[in-house]
Amino acid sequence: MNNLQQKAQQLLESGNYGLIVGYEKGTSGKARPVFIRKAEHASKLIFDESCDQNIAVYLYRQEIKHNKKKVIVANHHTLKSIVELAAENQVFDGDFMVLAFAENGDIIELNTFEEIEKHVATLYHGLTEAEAAMMKKIEDMSLEDRWAFWENEFSKCIKCYACRASCPMCYCPTCTVEINQPQWISVPSHTLGNLEWHVMRAMHLAGRCVTCGQCGKACPLELPIQLLTYKVALDSKQFFDSVAGTSICADNALAIFKPEDHENFIR
Amino acid sequence: MERKLLTKDSYRSLITKLIGQNYQVVAPVKKDTMIDFLKISSFDEITEDYIVTVSSAKTVAFPRNEKLFDYEKQNKKLTQQDFDFDSIPQSVLIGVRPCDAFGFHSLSSIFCWDSIDKIYTTRLERTTIIGLSCNKADDYCFCTSAKGSPGSTAGSDILLTKMTDGNYIAEIVTEKGAKLVADFSDLFTADGGADKESLLAKVAANFSVDDVLAKINSKFEDEAFWTEQAMRCIGCGACAYVCPTCACFDIQDESHGGKGHRVRCWDSCGLSLFTLHTSGHNPRENQGQRWRQRLMHKFSYMPDRLNTIGCVGCGRCSRACPVDMNIAEHCMSIIEN
Amino acid sequence: METNNTNSFEPKVVAFVCNWCTYAGADLTGTSRIKYATNVKIIRFPCTGRIDFMLLMKAFANGADGIIISGCHPNDCHYTSGNFHARRRWMIFRNLLDFIGVDVNRIVFSWVSAAEGAKWAEVVNESVDQFRQLGPATSYQKLIKNSEFQEVE
Ligand code: SF4
Ligand code: SF4
Ligand code: SF4
Ligand code: SF4
Repeated sequence: MNNLQQKAQQLLESGNYGLIVGYEKGTSGKARPVFIRKAEHASKLIFDESCDQNIAVYLYRQEIKHNKKKVIVANHHTLKSIVELAAENQVFDGDFMVLAFAENGDIIELNTFEEIEKHVATLYHGLTEAEAAMMKKIEDMSLEDRWAFWENEFSKCIKCYACRASCPMCYCPTCTVEINQPQWISVPSHTLGNLEWHVMRAMHLAGRCVTCGQCGKACPLELPIQLLTYKVALDSKQFFDSVAGTSICADNALAIFKPEDHENFIR
Repeated sequence: MERKLLTKDSYRSLITKLIGQNYQVVAPVKKDTMIDFLKISSFDEITEDYIVTVSSAKTVAFPRNEKLFDYEKQNKKLTQQDFDFDSIPQSVLIGVRPCDAFGFHSLSSIFCWDSIDKIYTTRLERTTIIGLSCNKADDYCFCTSAKGSPGSTAGSDILLTKMTDGNYIAEIVTEKGAKLVADFSDLFTADGGADKESLLAKVAANFSVDDVLAKINSKFEDEAFWTEQAMRCIGCGACAYVCPTCACFDIQDESHGGKGHRVRCWDSCGLSLFTLHTSGHNPRENQGQRWRQRLMHKFSYMPDRLNTIGCVGCGRCSRACPVDMNIAEHCMSIIEN
Repeated sequence: METNNTNSFEPKVVAFVCNWCTYAGADLTGTSRIKYATNVKIIRFPCTGRIDFMLLMKAFANGADGIIISGCHPNDCHYTSGNFHARRRWMIFRNLLDFIGVDVNRIVFSWVSAAEGAKWAEVVNESVDQFRQLGPATSYQKLIKNSEFQEVE
């Protein structure tokens, strides 16, 4: 048994905790979320590079609300989402404990939002090199090429909403796509409606997206839609110095304003 | 069943001629990062480098969006333009894996259950399915547990099996297949008698779907079991949308002013609002109940009412699932629990 | 991609304006008998803060070649801060549109107060000129057409 498994076992045996949300080995060497309730199952837990999924989405699940105190094994994506969810009052201080990992692999216990916030401050918040390169590739295109690029991508979207379902910040019980009076977003998955859906999704995540990339990872058709929310995240930082997932009490960029906000396009 | 030889060159000419004769030829194509069924305009677009495509072949008979009719309202007068059956092209669907081909059987049983869905059936009637046996499989494949096999002919009109020299064994399965072979008889030559079995992928049968069928009804009321099974599931539509046998759809009107059309588009029982009533009541209010519905539909309701299983073991849903809900595993845990 | 036939082309323009400043300003333009381009269909909103970005998307989807959005100057909002919120939203939205390849010159943003009848005429005339230069929004129109009916690609 490794550290994590031992720790999990102790926590469950102590009787103070009723559920551990973490990762286990899934199909073909993929990691996947797991829910451990019994100490004897603690050995299923893993934590390695394959565990890059953001699992904060489970924290507000109805099915675990009644559970006794919970523990979540969190990678840096999950940690940032927890901070953002805390800022938006979707999770509650003291409701769960976080097990994070130091660079040397040591387990760090984080019990309060303040501790989580402090720990998250030590993490890197930008895009990875590969992600930044993808952004640059698109930004360097001509306007026509950008349009062609996205038109092609949007044409593939089948509107399965896996991107929405896997994003921790998409927690609205009724999404705008489900509003039909008026019908903002068409239900059929044609390119125009898909474009509107993705613009809407990105706009609703402005100042809230923690750039975890989970939406893109979830897409069965491999649309690089995370780049759209990265774009609004980067702009929120540039224009408003707002970085989601860094502060447990910040208002998100589009919910507030400053009289001195500066633009150069309004006549 | 009649067997012929189709050399790789003849295969190329066959496809080229079909395209030349204005057949709509739909084949696995590598588009950007993934391989999916797309309309092709040349043989070279086809790829064989896939286990299964991301989406299933069902799009040919049950497209993700389908316009059912147009309407226009002018000066209080309503005119309607019905579905134009002539617009359905003669199609040849190639590179279809045996699991996918068999999927049409399940799909048809739904679309022809009490009333016949004429659009679906016409599309399928005008489609000749040229299957392609599997020479490789992955950890998600479980056709052999679901009454299929990597070389099964069921569902295909012609089944090709690629030999080591790059030529194909062509098994002529149906009359439709025979007709196509007759139309291009010069391309199909005498079979050399190669051993098909040795060319196929090996897919271990880890369970028998009959055991799932036998057990699943008794699990219906075990709420805790389903809740636990569905804990990971985040309730998207990915699994249903890529599944060759999932048939749920939504009917929507898309209109601009007085003009519009009615569209049928995919839907999924995994989505939380799927069963939401106007009253506000939702009979399947949690993901456990929705996941149960998905499995019950495939392994109980369809076998009971339609005499077919609703899963062909292609593993697509599990590959597409963002949280690795592996349906084969779930089947096994139904048997074991 | 976009064709320039500036001679005959008259852009379809939608203007989303707030009730308290720009709408009143436009009224003043009229009562002052200042002439301005007739391409614009004005839609009145209580406040720029209420102009959802989806309305702009819908305007394009319904064939607009250009859009004007206008409201009270900063610090003049009837509801104190609606325009400040709107400004942030536009900053993000405009860049996002640019990122997906929409020409943001097809959207003009302005502050026009109830006293600025002349400015409204100027904004409209300049915008219409600008949109005329850009030509019809063909890339968007192609998208609308292609999306009418989409089956197997
Ligand atoms: S996950 Fe992909 S296919 Fe599904 S709705 Fe999102 S972008 Fe579209
Ligand atoms: S929008 Fe995508 S990248 Fe942003 S927080 Fe949600 S899942 Fe992560
Ligand atoms: S349920 Fe999954 S494995 Fe079964 S046919 Fe559908 S996609 Fe394939
Ligand atoms: S099983 Fe997977 S793909 Fe299906 S609804 Fe659940 S999360 Fe989505």
